[in-house]
Amino acid sequence: MATQQTRALGRILVAPSVVLLFVWMIVPLALTIYFSTLRYNLLNPGVERFIGADNYIYFLSDPAFIGSLRNTLVLVGSVLAITVVLGMLIALLLDQEFVGRSVVRLLVIAPFFVMPTVSALVWKNLLMHPVSGIFAWMATSFGFTPIDWFAKVPMLAIILIVAWQWLPFATLILLTALQSLDNEQKEAAEMDDTGALPYLFYIVLPHLARPITVVILIQTIFLLTVFAEIFVTTGGGPGIQTTNIAFLIYAQALLQYDVGGASAGGIVAVVLANIVAFFLVRLVGKNLEA
Amino acid sequence: MARRVPRPRAIVTTVLAWTVGFVIFFPILWTVLTSFKTELEAFSTPPKFLLFKWTMENYAVVQERSDYFAHVWNSVVLSFGSVLLAMLIAVPAAWAMAFAPTERTRGTLLWMLSTKMMPPVGVLVPIYLIYRDLGLLDSRVGLIALLCLANLPIVVWMLFTYFKEIPKGVLEASRMDGIGTAREIMFVLAPMALPGIASTILLNVILAWNEAFWTLNLTTSKAAPLTAFIASYSSPEGLFWAKLSAASTLAIAPILVLGWLTQRQLVRGLTFGAVK
Repeated sequence: MATQQTRALGRILVAPSVVLLFVWMIVPLALTIYFSTLRYNLLNPGVERFIGADNYIYFLSDPAFIGSLRNTLVLVGSVLAITVVLGMLIALLLDQEFVGRSVVRLLVIAPFFVMPTVSALVWKNLLMHPVSGIFAWMATSFGFTPIDWFAKVPMLAIILIVAWQWLPFATLILLTALQSLDNEQKEAAEMDDTGALPYLFYIVLPHLARPITVVILIQTIFLLTVFAEIFVTTGGGPGIQTTNIAFLIYAQALLQYDVGGASAGGIVAVVLANIVAFFLVRLVGKNLEA
Repeated sequence: MARRVPRPRAIVTTVLAWTVGFVIFFPILWTVLTSFKTELEAFSTPPKFLLFKWTMENYAVVQERSDYFAHVWNSVVLSFGSVLLAMLIAVPAAWAMAFAPTERTRGTLLWMLSTKMMPPVGVLVPIYLIYRDLGLLDSRVGLIALLCLANLPIVVWMLFTYFKEIPKGVLEASRMDGIGTAREIMFVLAPMALPGIASTILLNVILAWNEAFWTLNLTTSKAAPLTAFIASYSSPEGLFWAKLSAASTLAIAPILVLGWLTQRQLVRGLTFGAVK
């Protein structure tokens, strides 16, 4: 264990990180809470006054809030379902022996490195364009009518784009976990002639339970605040069909200049995220002792 | 471990896996191909896959019209600047926590991680107002500081998980041999710590490069990195797909290469060591 001297030194070395993060967390958060109790609009400066919980009441009772909360949940839930299920199937596939495995692995993880604004614009124009997109061409070649993605099913379009970006993450983590599965266990299962399904349900899935939890929690943190994909494709529309909480707050703050209302929304978002964070921190914390 | 796999099954697996890889990679491949087409051919139905007149023209136009290199430079400055700054702050902290842990270390680490859970929208308003009043909107310095703080918890965590794995016995042995502190750091510690430091830098540069909430909201032109540069192509202005593709290819190519190089570290870095 450390001596008195190294303990003192340790504190000095850790202090800058702790102080900076503390300030970074506390100052903006305190200001957000403060602003959320004011009537404060940037277009109408100088008349700020305390209005208590009115901003919260206004924000929470706004039909746009319920709508965007629903949109947020639909987006997070669908992307999680798609990435975890597909990610697991792809991870199981890539865990097999085949020719060119490392190349395929690179192809599969590539979307994760594409910046959100690029993937959103490429999908919107090159793939999902109702006339000249690849999907439209595929649909017409098979004799179907092309879908006007962003007019007819805007949320589905956003879900597909975000899922494409996060699928590599889920796949890569589940694949890494699969590869740490004991070879002895695999061989024993093979010798006993365990069928594919019992093998999957009794050996693979229990082993993947923890990595799947990690994938779900980490993705949830990022998916709760999806922004760029909506910003460059639909702008939250049509109507509020693709407005999530993050975009709603952005619109309130930087498009309507309603500082008070946006701040109240920000606090609501912080509370939502903290519910998720609570579980993640506990999960990762357990790992520290291992 | 070579498992004996029956031949037909191996062929099916290979075909299936390559198909999956191709489908997932297709949007990127298609973007790159489109970037070499003329605008007319980019729109043609049926789409042309390889048999078109290859041209570099779009790349020239993109540079000319929206000054690609200025944005690349901003991306480089913002991502490397913020990560190096974060390293300066985080290396001593992670080092101390890994080598001289106290009863409070675990709590400190978890608290740092919890700051990462704060959604950026929650603090958008005050940050925007503070930056406006300090004249930091659309400035590189302001964004470097912001991205540094946003990534600091991940940087500390990654470094900590790497440093923790450095065997302490080696340190004791070198101390018994009586080499001085400076030489100990240079010849014993640095070589063991460098791989971890390097992968931490690379992964966080990737995260900072692709960060698209603060960069979109706090920049307009001077400090705008590639994320904002691409977003400026979102307004519909007729025939522009080939140019959009060229701009996109330029924006993702450098980071894709970095990403491929760091794929092994990616998992442990992004799961805070929970999956290795």
